[in-house]
Amino acid sequence: MADPVSRPDPPVADDPATAAGWVDAPPRMGFFTDTSVCIGCKACEVACKEWNGVPTSGLDLLGMSYDNTGALTANSWRHVAFVEQPRPAGHPPAASTGAEPTARTEFLGMPGAAPPGRTGSADGRSDFRWLMMSDVCKHCTRAGCLDVCPTGALFRTEFGTVVVQEDICNGCGYCVSACPYGVIDRRADDGRAWKCTLCYDRIGAGMTPACAQACPTESIQYGPLDELRDRAAARVAALHERGVPEARLYGHDPADGVGGDGAFFLLLDEPEVYGLPPDPQVPTADLGRMWRRAGVAALAMAAGAVAAFLGGRR
Amino acid sequence: MSPRPPAEDEPHRPSTDDRPPAGHGPRAPGEDESRRPVGERFRRFRDGVSSGANESGVTPAAGRRRRRAGEELAVPPAEFTSYYGRPILKPPVWTWEIAAYLFTGGLAAGSSLLAVGGQLTGRPALRRAGRVTALAAVTASGVLLVKDLGRPERFHHMLRVAKPTSPMSVGTWILTAYGPAAGLAAIAEVAPLLPDRGPWRPVRRVLPPVGWAAGVAAAAVAPALGTYTAVLLSDTAVPSWHDAYPDLPLVFAGSALASGAGAALIAVPPRQAGPARRLAVAGAALELFGAHRVETRHGLLAEPYRTGRPGRLLRAGRALTAAGVVGALLGARSRVVSALSGAALLAASVATRFGVFHAGVASARDPRYTVLPQRERLQRRQAGEQDG
Repeated sequence: MADPVSRPDPPVADDPATAAGWVDAPPRMGFFTDTSVCIGCKACEVACKEWNGVPTSGLDLLGMSYDNTGALTANSWRHVAFVEQPRPAGHPPAASTGAEPTARTEFLGMPGAAPPGRTGSADGRSDFRWLMMSDVCKHCTRAGCLDVCPTGALFRTEFGTVVVQEDICNGCGYCVSACPYGVIDRRADDGRAWKCTLCYDRIGAGMTPACAQACPTESIQYGPLDELRDRAAARVAALHERGVPEARLYGHDPADGVGGDGAFFLLLDEPEVYGLPPDPQVPTADLGRMWRRAGVAALAMAAGAVAAFLGGRR
Repeated sequence: MSPRPPAEDEPHRPSTDDRPPAGHGPRAPGEDESRRPVGERFRRFRDGVSSGANESGVTPAAGRRRRRAGEELAVPPAEFTSYYGRPILKPPVWTWEIAAYLFTGGLAAGSSLLAVGGQLTGRPALRRAGRVTALAAVTASGVLLVKDLGRPERFHHMLRVAKPTSPMSVGTWILTAYGPAAGLAAIAEVAPLLPDRGPWRPVRRVLPPVGWAAGVAAAAVAPALGTYTAVLLSDTAVPSWHDAYPDLPLVFAGSALASGAGAALIAVPPRQAGPARRLAVAGAALELFGAHRVETRHGLLAEPYRTGRPGRLLRAGRALTAAGVVGALLGARSRVVSALSGAALLAASVATRFGVFHAGVASARDPRYTVLPQRERLQRRQAGEQDG
């Protein structure tokens, strides 16, 4: 029976490359995306497209704040989410490091020289906050896309990342439905599945992935996953200390439903606010029970057929 | 046509009036405007019809889907937040071919079981009908499956690997075992039509035993063919498919038996169709039992099976199944009534498969079905951790 409370299987070792058969694999590499310093510049989106030759995703205004990318798709391997929330900025004045404005001015409804909230008068304070977050493929420890791929096009690299081989993929689309984050996608005019490779070509040559290289605020950090986890824990502690209690990590826990993410995040609100699932689970976690249920049904089928022939004369 | 209203439970949605004027972005004025109105893509996103995440192409069926989607709002909105109401998951990129394959695969499996029964109990008409239906259905299955690929010419890449973690890979090998056996069994039926002299004579002699063995082999694989498709759907992140994994195999097994029986009721004279009638009853019972569990045991995630187009399809399937079974039992002496009952059972199977398919797609399109059950799971786990 479906019992979503219990953990289906013990999480696999935190070293998926070795589990996949790599010998003497290098340390697992990943991304730590610290959204508390993201400025929403989208340099990561552009750098990714440039380096990986990802085609345009069309030009349109979505009307979703400053997000006209919309989602991670086959043609957008980084996606900067913009969330506008009608609530006061979470940082108390004590935390602000900026200097007080030298002259107090009445707010006249005109753009000021100082940032909103620093005009000195309550009227000028903003009543909303902006959350920005550069989303990317999570390179799960237990990757649904990789598990269900029937051609072997998806594979685990020596760095513990998950990559599609475009010369193998035949566009069956199973990975698209198997991803609990809705990341991997089939390109409409091409027919194959595409997603972030964590710049397999660059990291193989000891370089930094294009998005992390381009990030001007080090919101996107690349490195060995162990190191990134330590850094992230320290960053959360620092933010909590500075009066940002809502700071939390997402995807860092090797005990979660996907065995931990190779690309994890520091968020300032619940995951679903950013379009992330609150408790993702790899679909294959239940696969053994699924096959058993199918086996019972198959036996019922055979029994039904036997009964149909033995159950009467005509 | 009434576009789906924005989700009210979403606190920070910018209204369309607040949008920055066109040209605010890095877009040259006038460019592209004649072809596509500004914000059209957003409205498509908002309406939850970013069908197959086909984000640059125009979806021909979008208008139709949009109208239908409105009906699914009949449920009370539950509290949850999302990113501008956008889906978290990608809806399946599979199109009608896969839903149709669920039917043809099941039909082939049910037919092979009837054929082997006819073969072993001396009902030649039943055997012949079962074998021919199975070959036709498995051929259609192959065509549908290849057609649904993004790169159909690479269909044989499925044969590079055998992966137990991928139900599609397992299914590939089930079909690879089943297809040739079902084909051979059907080809063996031409033996009586061959001349009994000359070069065809040995072929005519050898075909029946070959067909006998092939028929048994096909029937041995048939139950796997009829049920693995349930695992194929369940082993995804699609909320309503995944959650229904304990019950979907029953639905698919029953539907396979009932459709196989339906085809036999059409093709076989009533004198030899007794097993088909009994199989129709058994299949219908299994299917209705499974469908009842799917629709009642999965809380919020059962909702897509009961509402909108999938709900209508599944209700139609249930009504047709009932009509088919009643007709098969009461019209046992009439060829016409039997054939009509068979047609009803086939139509019931089609409706059920498309209903299940579209219920899953609907559950992936609405972030509510992703967020709320996961929140509930988190809360239960946290409560359990506090207790323990």
